[in-house]
Parts: sequence; C-alpha cells; structure tokens
Amino acid sequence: MAPTRDEQHWMYRNMVTSRKFEETIASIYFEGKTPVFSMADGPIPGEMHLSDGQEPVAVGVCAHLNADDIVTATHRPHHQAIAKGVDLDKMAAEIFGKATGLSGGRGGHMHLFDADVNFACSGIIAQGMGPAVGAALSRKMQNKPGVAVAFLGEGAVNQGAWHEAMNLAATWNLPFVCIIEDNDWGISVSKEDSTAIANNADRAAAYGIPGKRVADNDPYAIYEAAGEAIARARAGEGPSLIEIETYRLAGHFMGDAEGYRPEGEKDALFAKDPIPKMRGKMIADGVATEAELDAIEAESAARVKAAIKFARESADPAPEDALTAVFA
Amino acid sequence: MTKSNERKLTIARAMAEAVQQEMQVDPSVFVMGEDIGALGGVYGNTRGLLEEFGPERIRDTPISETAFIGAAVGAAQDGMRPVAELMFVDFFGVCFDAIYNLMAKNTYFSGGNVKVPMVLMTSTGGGYSDGGQHSQCLYGTFAHLPGMKVVCPSNAYDAKGLMTAAMRDDSPVVYMYHKSLQGMGWLATEPGATVHVPEESYTLEIGKAKVARQGEDVTIVSLGLGVHNAIKAAEQLEGQGVSAEVIDLVSLVPLDRDTIRASVAKTGRLIVVDEDYMSYGVSGEIIASVTEHDISVLKAAPKRVAYPDVPIPFARVMEQFCLPNVDKIVTAFDSMKAA
Repeated sequence: MAPTRDEQHWMYRNMVTSRKFEETIASIYFEGKTPVFSMADGPIPGEMHLSDGQEPVAVGVCAHLNADDIVTATHRPHHQAIAKGVDLDKMAAEIFGKATGLSGGRGGHMHLFDADVNFACSGIIAQGMGPAVGAALSRKMQNKPGVAVAFLGEGAVNQGAWHEAMNLAATWNLPFVCIIEDNDWGISVSKEDSTAIANNADRAAAYGIPGKRVADNDPYAIYEAAGEAIARARAGEGPSLIEIETYRLAGHFMGDAEGYRPEGEKDALFAKDPIPKMRGKMIADGVATEAELDAIEAESAARVKAAIKFARESADPAPEDALTAVFA
Repeated sequence: MTKSNERKLTIARAMAEAVQQEMQVDPSVFVMGEDIGALGGVYGNTRGLLEEFGPERIRDTPISETAFIGAAVGAAQDGMRPVAELMFVDFFGVCFDAIYNLMAKNTYFSGGNVKVPMVLMTSTGGGYSDGGQHSQCLYGTFAHLPGMKVVCPSNAYDAKGLMTAAMRDDSPVVYMYHKSLQGMGWLATEPGATVHVPEESYTLEIGKAKVARQGEDVTIVSLGLGVHNAIKAAEQLEGQGVSAEVIDLVSLVPLDRDTIRASVAKTGRLIVVDEDYMSYGVSGEIIASVTEHDISVLKAAPKRVAYPDVPIPFARVMEQFCLPNVDKIVTAFDSMKAA
C-alpha cells in the first residue's frame, strides 16, 4: 500500500506546516523569558514540547483517518493535531493562552481538545490509552464506523495504563490502533536504560495482537503499516500495535540543554531530517515538481503566519472566565 | 396508594432499578466494572442487569481500573453514558489519573466543548474489620478536586433518584454508596436505609441537601451512614429536652451551603458527623461554610465527630473506637453546652 500522489502532497503539506509552526513557536518562545530563563513570561507561557523530526509519524497515520475517527495525543501533540485537522488558528491561540483558543486558554499546549475532529490530549504519560480504547468501545457498541488511535512515546509503554488498556482493547477486539513514537528518549533517559526490550512492537505478542516496528522515520513505510492496521480495525479484526522509529530534533522541552545526548547524535539526526528527504523522493519519483513543493511550503508558511498573527492579536481571556466550563 | 407503591427496597436494589430503568429508555447507558455481571456487583447494585441486558451492556472488566475508568471517559466523550464501578473507593490510587486528570478535567480543558457524562460509583466505609485498604470513605478527597459532582445517598429513595439524575447529568458524577447501607446479607445493614421506593423512574436534584429531621436547638450535618447515627442521636437528645435538626447533605459537590446556613441560623449550634478522616475534610468544609458566611449566628463553637487521622485499624475494638457513633454525637452536644 503506497500513498497516492494526492496523499503524498497532503502528507508533505502537513509535515511542512507542522515544522514551520514549531519553528515559529520556537522563535517566539524565548521572548520576554531572557536573560534569566523564566518559563512563565513572554507571549507563550509554560512548558513547550516541540515535535520537530517526528512529523512522518503523524502524517503517515493520519493520512488514513477522517474527522470522525478519534485520536488521543501526547504531551508533544502539535504534529499530531495538525495532521488530524485541528483548527490551526484556534490551536495557536490556545498555545498563546488566548480567549479565541480551542478552550479559551483553559487547556494550553499539552491539553488541546478539538471536538470537531475528535482530537484530545493528555499531559500525563500513557493516559491517552484509556480514553482511546473507550472511544473504540463506544464505536463498537453503537455499531458506528470509526477507529481510535492513541499516539504515545516509547517511554509510555513502561506505564501500567498502557498494558491495561492494550489488554482491554485486545480482549474486547476493539477498532483501536496504538502508535508508539520511539524517539529514543524519555526526557533525558534513553530507551535502553528504561526497558530490556529493543522492539516495543514485540509486546503485542503479550496481548495476542499484531505488532510491527517501522524503521528509519520513513513516511512511506509508516503510511503502509498504519494503513494495514487501520484497515484491520475498520474491518472489525481488532487492535494493532505499531512502533515507529522517529527522531526528536529538539530537546524534551524548550530550554532543555540536552547534555544527556551522546556527542554527535544531534548532527546525525539533522542529517536524516525527514522533510528534505521526502521532498527529494517526491521529486525523484516524479510525484511533484520543485515548483509544486515550493508552493506547498509557501502556502504552509503563510498558513502558519496567519495562525500566529491570529493568536498574537487575539484578546486575553477575561480572568473570571477561569471559573466557567468546570461542568458541562 | 396501591400495594406495590408501598414496597421498600434496599439501596442496592434501588440503584439496580434506577440503572435498569434508564437502560431501558437510553441505549447509550451501559455498565462496566469488576464483577458487575454474573455476580451482580459485590454490593448488589447491578444484580439482575446481566440477565436483562446481556454482557455487551453489562460488561465485566479485567481487574484494570486504570484502563476501564479511562475507557469510560473515552466512551462518554464519544456519546455513551457509561456507569463504571470502582469496587472499593480505596482502590482509587491505582486509577486516579483517569478520574481526576481525565474524567474531571476534560470538560474544562475543552472549554466546555467536550462532555464526559459518566457515573463512577464506588463503595465507602468500614465497621466490619476489613482493614485499612478496604474501609475508607475518602469523601473529602473526591469532593476536593474540581470537575466531578459527588453524591452520597443515605436511603434507598434518594439512592434511586440520585442514580437516575447522575446517569442523565452531562457532567461526571461520583456516586459514593456506603457499604453498611446497601442491604447485603453478609454486611450488617442500617435498617433505616431501606425505605419506600416508587416503582416509576424519578430524579433527585444533585446539589440539594435535605432536612432529615426538624429541630430548634442544634444542627447535626452528615451524609451517608452518618445521617442515621445523627437521627438516633437526635432521638436521644430529645429525651433530654433538646430539639436537634439533622441535615442530610446528599450531595458533596455541589454543596448546598444555603440549607446548612439556614439551619444553623435557626439553631445556633453545629455538629458535623463524618466517617471520613477529620483533617482537611468535609467536617472542616461545613464549619467553614457557616463561619465564613456569618459567625454571629453561632451560640457555641462548632463540633466535629469524624474519623481520627489514623489508617483504619483491623481489630474490631480499635475500629469501633475510631468510628463516629451516637454516643460521640450526644457527647459533642454536651460538651458544646458546657463550653
């Protein structure tokens, strides 16, 4: 299963939009926070987890999803949100803590919710699993179409919530796909220092479901593996587990000095940046021309610029609105 | 009144009937939890439901509270109305993220765009030597954290109406039922909890306290099993010529402060009876709700009859020593008079 020309254009567009969004956020984030780093200051307060390098995972999976399908994302959610179709203006405004944000500034960058496209996040490791499995259960019980996909980092696989929910999804044969983004680092602790298993997809055997590892952050291979798993889920054949080798080009959070990285690792990762790689492949394959990809990049840049402008120019929430929306 | 309209039910039966009736009219309601199927729930509150609705809607789970309570959140957000059972409230520690970070916060995080209409029902209380991991109440723990409504019935009539209201609420409701009120054969049950329950479906307003007994001299505020102790204490006090009013909180969140304040404004005295730990809990909240509003209504310092700040001991004499009881309530009033 290979992505069509249109799907490749869509994937490239969303990868580029995500990267440009992150680059813009990164360029703004330190405003007002220096010379002494103060996380609370500036137009984007709080922690910031960038997903540079992990874009192929989001687009390779979400290329198979529509707005009705469910995604639960991680604390590093921007690439997943963009690929799932979350409103970019409202998402940017939420990250800036503005009244026009997805939740009017109540959630922030780790808690993005867009009910229109069935997208949700949790800032707590592995805790998107239960809600995704529950949404899959809901679809099955209601005999309604749709699959639920939980994105997690490889560190989440060591959490009890992950194991419990995989067991539930498998036992109940739910339309669920678990996507592990293996970027090799849980904050500063490496995967090999966290688990004795090299390939988390092998854990699928413990639940009697298919497991597959995709190497090299390759959007085409991700597309293929996710396509099979999602088709399986849609056909009522139950859940799957996919672990994807990906790369975190940034630190765990902005301000992370990354002293834990081995010498030279970052240079090697940048040399494997998936966006120029995909660009080169699309041109070599004759799927797109330089001019078409330039146009996609320009449109994405304009789209991001407009979203950031919208966010910057939006009003702060009324402080007393903090007291509303506690209950439905 | 027809004969059938005089029937009395236990809380367990009343809860099961509420769920049954709501499941008959609302296909989005389903029940999920440990041993809620063929066993009918350890505390009987799902008895008979499997036979009528089958294992798809009366869904036994593995012992995986984190997963199935998290799944209830996801199903609720996707249009279902799950009722999930946490068998003992003491087990919250293995699944609290699903409760207070997901169930309770997702509506807020979405600015009100995502609803989490689920019921988390859980048993509370001890008194039968089940030890410190199976006997707690933890009312204050749940009521303290925003985003979840918290209710606790003291009798079967309220139990049915509260359960129906909870299933229909668009917000998550934590439904805490006391084991000693359930009417289970293997647990001593307070007879006062088994009362007349109408056959038809009805709701009780969440967030509304009840005056369980009228009085003039002292207000005794409690919930769950404590209401029955408070009523018995009020009867003893009546023998001494003291007229005690008993307030049944029914709901902890929202808390009906108006009803409490109105009663204390009338009586001038306040005793709070709480089987949960004394410190940082419901008893302090009730007293603060009165005193911060208008301390001048008080003729005496308020008193608390609550569980001391120790884990629940196993030995019967030790546990009974710690539990609130009628004598402690009467003594609290006596010390209030003496002060």
